[in-house]
Amino acid sequence: MANTPLIMFLVFIAITLGITYWASRRSAGASAYFAASRQIKGWQNGIAVAGDYMSAASFLGIAGIIAFFGYDGFMYSVGWLVAYLTVLLVIAEPLRNAGKYTMADVLAYRLKPRPVRAMASLSTLTVSTFYMIAQMVGAGALVKLLLGGYVTYNKAVIGVGILMIVYVVFGGMLATTWVQIIKAILLMAGTLLLSVLVMAHFHFSFGEFFGAISHVTYHDAKGQEVVKDFLTPGLRYKPPYGPLDLLSLGLALIFGTAGLPHILVRFYTVPDAKTARNSVVWAMVLIGSFYIMTTFLGFGAATIVGPDFIKTHGGTNMSAPLLANALAGSVFFAFISAIAFATILAVVAGLTISATTSFSHDFWTNVIHNGTERRPGEEVLVARISAFVVGAVAIAIAIVLGPTANVAFLVALAFAVAASANLPVIVLSIFWRRFNTAGAVCGLAVGLLASIGLILVSPSLMAIDPPTVTGTARHLIQAKAWFPLENPGILSIPLGFIGAIVGTLISHEPTSQHKFNELLVRSNTGLGAEKAGAH
Amino acid sequence: MANAVKNLEVQPTKYEAEQSTWDEIAESRAFKDLMATKRTFIVPAFIFFVVYYFALPVLVGYAPQFMSTKVIGEVNLAYLFALSQFFVAWIIAALYVRAANNFDRLAKDILNKAEDAKGGK
Repeated sequence: MANTPLIMFLVFIAITLGITYWASRRSAGASAYFAASRQIKGWQNGIAVAGDYMSAASFLGIAGIIAFFGYDGFMYSVGWLVAYLTVLLVIAEPLRNAGKYTMADVLAYRLKPRPVRAMASLSTLTVSTFYMIAQMVGAGALVKLLLGGYVTYNKAVIGVGILMIVYVVFGGMLATTWVQIIKAILLMAGTLLLSVLVMAHFHFSFGEFFGAISHVTYHDAKGQEVVKDFLTPGLRYKPPYGPLDLLSLGLALIFGTAGLPHILVRFYTVPDAKTARNSVVWAMVLIGSFYIMTTFLGFGAATIVGPDFIKTHGGTNMSAPLLANALAGSVFFAFISAIAFATILAVVAGLTISATTSFSHDFWTNVIHNGTERRPGEEVLVARISAFVVGAVAIAIAIVLGPTANVAFLVALAFAVAASANLPVIVLSIFWRRFNTAGAVCGLAVGLLASIGLILVSPSLMAIDPPTVTGTARHLIQAKAWFPLENPGILSIPLGFIGAIVGTLISHEPTSQHKFNELLVRSNTGLGAEKAGAH
Repeated sequence: MANAVKNLEVQPTKYEAEQSTWDEIAESRAFKDLMATKRTFIVPAFIFFVVYYFALPVLVGYAPQFMSTKVIGEVNLAYLFALSQFFVAWIIAALYVRAANNFDRLAKDILNKAEDAKGGK
């Protein structure tokens, strides 16, 4: 049954292409293309948010971190759910009430639209492309690992890229939404099944399960056999900087998730703010359940498969698929692999549509052409073309970087930019009367530059490699890192806020203060909010 | 019809009003009540979850011995505290949804009044 994974991939691709065809006939007009006519139901959008958010890094990555580092991996997963409280309490409803397609819509109410939209668009494109490249390189490496006999890295990257372009160009937000919904359901089903099988292995006894976790046997880097209690903290986040790095990551998650463009655009697909709120709750139920179940996936892999075996059979990212193989054989392995593939596709499609919406709506229509379409349908046409370009560029970069490239830092960078550039200006524009255009531009620029600058001099990009490490796997700068943390949030988020506040205070803009009342009323009551379109 | 709709869509919104109307609503008793009601829930809830969440990496990072204390069988304090984060997040979300029904009710009155003033449009 060596080709079972291939068959399952093909079934998933066939279903999603069918959906894209169906959606393509319902995607005429800007609100249909960018926001699925705002007719997605609350529970559907909640599932889609979960599908948009839980990347392969969550499914394969966290299972792998727990399988190798135990408790620290589980602690790492907590912030990914808690972050949704910021989305729920602070961002989702005002954004839905006052915006149209992008986060810049909210900023443009009271600030000068052109500079603000240009900067917001730049920040959105930065977050989306970096995140996308990380996903694409991961996808290529993963598909190669799972389907090594049939598909090379380059073919895998091109395949994923083309599928994502097809979904977005032809099916718009509606097709993207349904790809995300199907993926989320598959992911939850697969994870639940794996969890039940893990518990069955331990005769449904938590005592036996946690007993095994407290005695995990493996060989350390020196080849010594060690027995460790995997519930002990500190196996990954070691002093002096480990705990601080985790704190910094936590900040980036708590403030960054609510500034991720591909998550924010999802709230424009529902009819009103109340539905947006309910969809966050749905998403929280799914995302929370998923991360709790990483207990079974990660610790299950550590105890049943063992770090030694995983290390020699594909490495950390293969922990969950190998666990599936150990528990229920090759067909289940194929199913879990297909879910991992679906996961990547749904996330990259979401990233592509958020990038193209921002480019065509913010930059093309509103910055270059002052807010008017020169002919009907231009905004959607530009979006379709830019989806094609974004996809092609992402494919090219992923191929140039190659499968061994060190890209994990790109995800940290995306969250840092979202937290340090996007979130401060969204929050200040909704809550601070004095806030103005200079503050927004300054905040976005400082947040963006601080995140990129600090990542550049972090251990992710600055380190001295032994000569055995070659090519793109080598660190970019061969020197000791200047900034000791891999996650810049702890410094870049305050810098983003300071940039926005200082920029505001050194300039004077009476109109933005006068128009604050309009945004305040709109965002808090939903007066004049965009309505759902007719079919 | 499709063309007419498209031209409108480029505008930020379909509801437009004079500056004085926005000021009037923002200064009204009803709107101030709404904002106060929201603040009473959101500010403490936000502070609570941020403190509760960051207590996890701080305690685990700087008091690992204490957090390794076994509580139930092999399960230690660190694991239980991490697990509790999920339930606390869900509880806060549920409390917010309940509180938000109240916000909706207050906002509805403001909306109705504003739209009546527009003359049924």
